[in-house]
Amino acid sequence: MDPKPATYEPAPLIAPGHTFGSVTDKISAVVLSGRQPAGWFVGMIIGFLITMMLMFAVTWLLLKGVGIWGVNIPVGWGFAIVNFVWWIGIGHAGTLISAILLLLKQGWRTSINRFAEAMTLFAVMCAGMFPLLHTGRPWLAAYWLFPYPSSMSIWPQFRSPLIWDVFAVSTYFTVSLIFWYVGLIPDLATIRDKTKHRGLQVIYGMLSLGWRGSVKHWERYEQAYLLLAGLATPLVLSVHTVVSFDFAIGIVPGWHTTIFPPYFVAGAIYDGFAMVLTLAIPLRAMYHMEDLITLRHLENMAKVTLVTGLIVAYGYSSEAFFGFYSADKYEGFMVWNRMTGPYWYVYWTLIFCNIITPQWLWFRRVRTTPWLLFCVAMVVNVGMWLERFVIVVTSLHRDFMPSMWGMYHGTVWDWMTFIGTLGFFLTAFFLFVRVLPMISIFEVRTLVPEAKLVEAEGH
Amino acid sequence: MDFSAIRSRLAGAQGRLYWRSLGELADTPAFREYLHREFPEQASQWNDPKGRRQFLKLMSASLALAGIGACTKQPPEKIIPYVRQPEDLVPGKPLFFATALPFGGIAAPVLVESHEGHPTKVEGNLQHPASLGATDAFGQAGILDLYDPDRAQTVTARGEVRGWGDFTNALASVLAVQKSKQGSGIRFLTETITSPTFAEQVELIRADYPQAKWHQWDPVTYDAAREAARQQAGHAADAVYHLDKADVVVSLEADFLTTGPGHVRHMRDFADGRRITDDHKVMNRLYVVESTPTLTGAKADHRLALPPSAIEGFARELAARLGAGVAAGEAAGGVKADAQQQKWATAIAGDLQAHRGRSLIVPGEYQPLAVHTLASAMNQALGNVGQTVTYQPAVDIHSSDRMASLRDLTRAMDAGQVELLVIVGSNPVFTAPSDFRFVERLAKVPLIAHFSQYFDETSANSHWNLPASHPLESWSDARAYDGTVTVMQPLIAPLYDTRTVHELLALFITAQTGKSSHDLVKDYWTRAYAGKAGNWTIHDSAGNPFKSPESFWTHTLHDGFIPGTAGNVGVAATASAAPAPAVAAPAASRPAASGTLELIFRPDPFIWDGRFANNGWLQEMPKHISKITWDPAAWLSPRLAESKGLNDGDLIELRYRGNTARLPVTIVPGHPDGAVTAFLGYGREHSGRVGTPADETAKGFNIYKLRTSDAPWFDSGLDIVKIDGARYLLARTQEHHLMEGRAPVRAGTIDEYRSDPKFVGRMGETPPRGLTLIPEWQYNNYKWGMAIDLTSCTGCGTCTIACVSENNIAVVGKEQVYKGRDMHWIRVDHYFAGDLENPEMYHQPVPCMQCEMAPCELVCPVGATTHSAEGLNDMVYNRCVGTRYCSNNCPYKVRRFNFLLYSDWYTQSFYPLRNPDVTVRSRGVMEKCTYCVQRINAARITSEKEDRKIRDGEIVPACAGACPAEAIVFGDLNDPNSRVTKLKQQDRNYGILEELNTRPRTSYLAALRNPNPALEPSRGASTTEH
Repeated sequence: MDPKPATYEPAPLIAPGHTFGSVTDKISAVVLSGRQPAGWFVGMIIGFLITMMLMFAVTWLLLKGVGIWGVNIPVGWGFAIVNFVWWIGIGHAGTLISAILLLLKQGWRTSINRFAEAMTLFAVMCAGMFPLLHTGRPWLAAYWLFPYPSSMSIWPQFRSPLIWDVFAVSTYFTVSLIFWYVGLIPDLATIRDKTKHRGLQVIYGMLSLGWRGSVKHWERYEQAYLLLAGLATPLVLSVHTVVSFDFAIGIVPGWHTTIFPPYFVAGAIYDGFAMVLTLAIPLRAMYHMEDLITLRHLENMAKVTLVTGLIVAYGYSSEAFFGFYSADKYEGFMVWNRMTGPYWYVYWTLIFCNIITPQWLWFRRVRTTPWLLFCVAMVVNVGMWLERFVIVVTSLHRDFMPSMWGMYHGTVWDWMTFIGTLGFFLTAFFLFVRVLPMISIFEVRTLVPEAKLVEAEGH
Repeated sequence: MDFSAIRSRLAGAQGRLYWRSLGELADTPAFREYLHREFPEQASQWNDPKGRRQFLKLMSASLALAGIGACTKQPPEKIIPYVRQPEDLVPGKPLFFATALPFGGIAAPVLVESHEGHPTKVEGNLQHPASLGATDAFGQAGILDLYDPDRAQTVTARGEVRGWGDFTNALASVLAVQKSKQGSGIRFLTETITSPTFAEQVELIRADYPQAKWHQWDPVTYDAAREAARQQAGHAADAVYHLDKADVVVSLEADFLTTGPGHVRHMRDFADGRRITDDHKVMNRLYVVESTPTLTGAKADHRLALPPSAIEGFARELAARLGAGVAAGEAAGGVKADAQQQKWATAIAGDLQAHRGRSLIVPGEYQPLAVHTLASAMNQALGNVGQTVTYQPAVDIHSSDRMASLRDLTRAMDAGQVELLVIVGSNPVFTAPSDFRFVERLAKVPLIAHFSQYFDETSANSHWNLPASHPLESWSDARAYDGTVTVMQPLIAPLYDTRTVHELLALFITAQTGKSSHDLVKDYWTRAYAGKAGNWTIHDSAGNPFKSPESFWTHTLHDGFIPGTAGNVGVAATASAAPAPAVAAPAASRPAASGTLELIFRPDPFIWDGRFANNGWLQEMPKHISKITWDPAAWLSPRLAESKGLNDGDLIELRYRGNTARLPVTIVPGHPDGAVTAFLGYGREHSGRVGTPADETAKGFNIYKLRTSDAPWFDSGLDIVKIDGARYLLARTQEHHLMEGRAPVRAGTIDEYRSDPKFVGRMGETPPRGLTLIPEWQYNNYKWGMAIDLTSCTGCGTCTIACVSENNIAVVGKEQVYKGRDMHWIRVDHYFAGDLENPEMYHQPVPCMQCEMAPCELVCPVGATTHSAEGLNDMVYNRCVGTRYCSNNCPYKVRRFNFLLYSDWYTQSFYPLRNPDVTVRSRGVMEKCTYCVQRINAARITSEKEDRKIRDGEIVPACAGACPAEAIVFGDLNDPNSRVTKLKQQDRNYGILEELNTRPRTSYLAALRNPNPALEPSRGASTTEH
């Protein structure tokens, strides 16, 4: 046996030829130049118009009630909860990249963590809208779910997973925001220093909180950042675990499953990485950032996607297996109904999207061909939305009492609200790209060869 | 100006009389009209283009000035409480009054709950033999009709608003002419009337106008039954069935449990015959031979589905075996009974022979005279007459053949003999058989007055429209199916300018001019008490004479009926001048043409003949078996649907005798193959906002267009054609009718239960108690629970509508029902079991289970649904934010959500309808069955004031109170002697989905059947469910 020598050499993390200066100039130019590629305008206009549609749909919703949606009895939760879980899941990749990969000292995170974290924030914003809007009386739900001290001594009902959700999601958003902002401070100072415009100097100056780059600043920064990373890491696991409790605590067949927490977390990371890929691939093309977000990044993300995809596939198979193995007629029927009932096409599309499609990622050619990777990522995004649809709708529509079986269909208002949040997300993301450095300047600078030298000298 | 009247009035005035004008002083009806009418002069200007312009100018100017006027300070207006409180009226405490809501002329005795002077809820009259405390769905829904904003509110003449005085004047001139002709041009057309006061009024009119004629028309006629009873009894009679005395009942297409006179009492008696306790495991047995599946058929121990034309052949087979004077197979040209029918006939005949005198054969109201005659003969042969069936003097005061009566009228109209037609209540333009060409002939009548609660199709073709009072606004009287006289008293003054039928007739009677219906009714009964009117036996409930006429009257009003009047001749029913009834020729005389289908006409289960079209509660009731709301459907069997390539919701065209109508299809297992059932009552052209269909397709659902006078109930010769590509949306509350191996309904036979009482328990799994570390809550005081006996329940749905009425449940409309958002707190689930052609059918009322370990409570984030110390699963509307998590987590799916603003907050006339003890829910709030917690609390207050515990039976939830079968029993589970505890101790008691450890407080008693071993070999309990 003469094994062939490994010829596989992964792409570098940063294209050769970059210096500290070139990195700084290239990234800050997007914010400072004032000239944006045509794609930015197109994306911004589309995103803005869709956001207006969202405003319209939400206004009508508040005027008329959730009856404009397709929810009913027995399917009390519909698109809103599907979208909520989907968006929250998407957020997870950002936190995973910025916090867990930082702790694991994965150098490749540096060129993608900034916009991935921004993605997290905007995704959580989109997610956060739904639990509120889907309630019958959002004007009361907005504060009755919080344990504020009221003169009536009425508290939320702490046994309800929805209360846990409120805490999990709000904590998650707060920590993500602080983490993201703290990570931005050195770069904000860079923009402040580079801009010639007085107004921008003031604004970025205030935002950078007096950052001067002294050693003391850097020392404190590193400590704070590490601590926040430590704080954010458990959140990656906890938030979707709590979201999965919304279902797992219920007694509905198809919800009441112990596998839900890990299965949800894996699904969230799976979907989140797919979304980061969905954003990174057009972004690097649009702003010619191929030298900073290299094929190495794409490939690594594709690998994570593949692994989490396999975990999710395991989740599906165990769900199906336990439907049979539990010998519970309701569980067994639920699995059978998902596969062959009125929503069979949703289930099988989901299997195609989430299990079959990612198998392409075993091929290096696919992992390193951006457009192919983009296609796979898009399919996974769709598949993960369908997964939540299957969990929420197909479990509820035929549960225990055959007399109360029903069907659920999203209405035009459901779709407008869902697509509207996509528009909101797009708008927020394009605004972020325009006004803040989309890639962490100071962290990418640690990747250039100069940094290695400095580091070597330092020791 | 009538100066003598003014002078007499001034002379008669006490104290100083202030008057503003001579008109006021004369106080003529015309002047009162003048005061009441808005724009008395300007109204006519609407029809004048020039005048209208001037009028609008003035109007706009005055509106502009009104705007300026709004700047002035509002005058202080004081509200004043009762200075002297009316006797018995305690604000917040309802009063109950006994009255009756006639349905098809027959009194449905009720007690009506009144809150501060406005009636809110109908209950049955516990003491009345026709009710025994129960009602039917129509009775419950009657209260909504009272407050219906679409009711006819004013007198109109050719579309213009007028007053009663105008009508009186118009009538006077016509009557003056008719007087000379002995009233030969006057015709009255009414529905069935049982009112003795009315009967006397008719006699008085006849005295003045001897040639005047009275016709009667009911689209749901009982002509054959009436004629058969007349032949049997030798005088105008009604067959009264005593199901409590019958051990074996055979129904020849009679839906005696849910329709027809006396069905409320029938259901009670029938259910009593199958009330099973641990010591008494005996049941009556019911055979039903029928075409269209009915609830009676669903309840049957054996149901044989035959086309309607084959029923007579089967009846002959049966009669021959019972020696009732016919030979088997004698059915003239009829369909020969096949081997299966012969087997059934033999088995049933054997069973009947074994229960002579304790059996009963009930012929179907929609079957021809031959079947009724055969049934009479069989009952006679079996010695049942006088035992389980009695023939009592007819309650109908004018025993005519309705079809012949209406035919006479149409002929007279055609011949120009009718000069004044007074139509009372009936809506013949909509309901008359199509071959009468009623509208066309009506146009030949010079003066038509239509007295009705609604502006309907007949109103649109009449000259004068006279608004009728609702029964709850009226003094009147009526007789129940058994003849018991029920005096009706009003609960509220007429809401609009309406009059009662007695006041209408009084316009024709000089002696009664100006008399109120109160005076007329009281006067009649005072004389009747004295033996001066009618032929009545009057005594109190103990059988003793009353102390005084006043005592008689007070007792009558209090009790709502006159004891001892059942079976009285009372008013000798006037014989019809019509020729011998032309009974619809049985199908035997018209053999079915090959390749064509039989068409069956049936009244809609809730809209009936169309009269309840504007009643949202009844429209939203899921129709029996099909569970369709808001629309009719053509029922057909799976096999027929298959052969015609039809699916649920396909539109078909029914072609019959050159007429066509359209209906959406519903496939109903258990329907005979060669027939299609079409339901009457839909396709209204003139109804209110609820009843008039919005879309064009639904306007074509009028089945009366197909119905002819010679075959009012069924006939062959129907063709159905699928309209390609046309589908019609049917909104059902239940789409799935199979139990999927889950046994929500547990069923077996009485033999199984006798030999193995525990079999019901083995059909499900109950987790043991005490599996938790946390100590369980101890219910030391009350512990509320409910038991529902599925052996008694027929699935009639009265509980649902009683709950709607009691709990201010909103009507959501067809579209919302279709989306799965109906709001009924107690639904009646329906399941099929067995084969597709002749399935068993089970019904199950499902209210909230009030689980002890309620899954809904755990998941509510704001604690809006919590457990009470007495075990109720309370719903706090004010706290609910509407996450709907509770509903998702409810395995029984009994929670209902206000997805939109379903409650009508804006229609003022509905305000007094609402039960003030129950919150009217707004949008975004979850709601569900509370076991009528308001009634529990009312009883608690009473008991605490009296320093005692709440007695068993003191709290009756609305569903339990209305249930004619007494299938629903509520009470304290901590009381070892309460009825509910006793029921729950039976071996056949079980909870749905107990394996989930929800510990439902609502439990069910398994549905037991009593099959005849000759027809059904005994089998294991496990096979009852498929």
